[in-house]
Amino acid sequence: MKHRSHPLWKAFVVHRISGLALALFLPVHFFVLGLALEGAESLNAALKFSELPFVKSAEVLLVLLLAVHLLGGIRILILELTQLSWDQRILNRSAFSLSVVIAGIFLWSAV
Amino acid sequence: MKTKDQTLTVSIDRFDGTSHYQTTHDVPTRDNQTVLDVVTWIQQHDDPTLSYRFACRVGMCGSCAMNINGEPKWSCRTHVSKVVDAGSALRISPLRNMPILRDLSVDMTPFFDKWTQAVGYFVPTQTKDDPLPAIKSDDRDRAKANQSIECINCGICYSACDVVAANDAYLGPAALNRAWTLVNDERDGGAKERLEAVSSDAGCHNCHSQHGCSTYCPNLLAPATSIAGLKRQTLLNLLPWGSHDD
Repeated sequence: MKHRSHPLWKAFVVHRISGLALALFLPVHFFVLGLALEGAESLNAALKFSELPFVKSAEVLLVLLLAVHLLGGIRILILELTQLSWDQRILNRSAFSLSVVIAGIFLWSAV
Repeated sequence: MKTKDQTLTVSIDRFDGTSHYQTTHDVPTRDNQTVLDVVTWIQQHDDPTLSYRFACRVGMCGSCAMNINGEPKWSCRTHVSKVVDAGSALRISPLRNMPILRDLSVDMTPFFDKWTQAVGYFVPTQTKDDPLPAIKSDDRDRAKANQSIECINCGICYSACDVVAANDAYLGPAALNRAWTLVNDERDGGAKERLEAVSSDAGCHNCHSQHGCSTYCPNLLAPATSIAGLKRQTLLNLLPWGSHDD
């Protein structure tokens, strides 16, 4: 397992896990949006549920997952589609740091 | 500095053709001792049945690659002092992703078969009677080929690759790296066939950019960058105007 202890392998795992977690979230997201078709009352109930503190904290995690997956994806596109000699470790660290900042801003605005 | 009466505990993953087991050896430590020195001492003084492979002992041939404390490395160029902390043991196992013949010797046939599958051989376009083409050292394609040309087929990248571990058919970083050097060789005439081969189900698009290959290549090559080049080239070839990677 030690051969996996380098940052770019960890970046792969983070990208894969965040993708799977987002895939699990999407049906819930579409379900809530679909409630609008049933009328304002059921949608408002779902939105009220989303205001609960633990749901709000989960949203911070969700924003982090989205940011990690988006920026990790951009990192891979830069890596594979450009011939620029990027320092992959710096690119990787920047993507993750920016994701944390984005999730932090969301948390700041939520509390 | 270690003295002669100190010993190092070494455990080796063994295979005798039918069963896997582990042996442990106490090896006298020496200054500037390499892992190849350790393995050789064990075979000469403790267990003559230990099978391993080496040739040049100086990092030229690549035949002594093995897993050292879980990381693929050339045993001849790996100093014990760099991989073993004081008081801890050394664990040696064969390279991953290849069938084990015996102990630390692996069968590299599938590894080399994949070079052939990736059209990793030169396809000449001229005869010996034609004049040699003049390729400037600062030619753009030549510069791209240069980055990947020093591969000595040691199999370390192949062993480090988790995509190979998950998919037996995947051509692997070494074969794809070789294909990329040839794609950038203007004397070569096999680009079309080669790009078709490397964009097959088992080809470059399987790579997850985990960079195990580039991380562990002892020659400091970047097979992952070569594979990215092949991905770009095969994508560009889908476009009507995209016959070359600009």
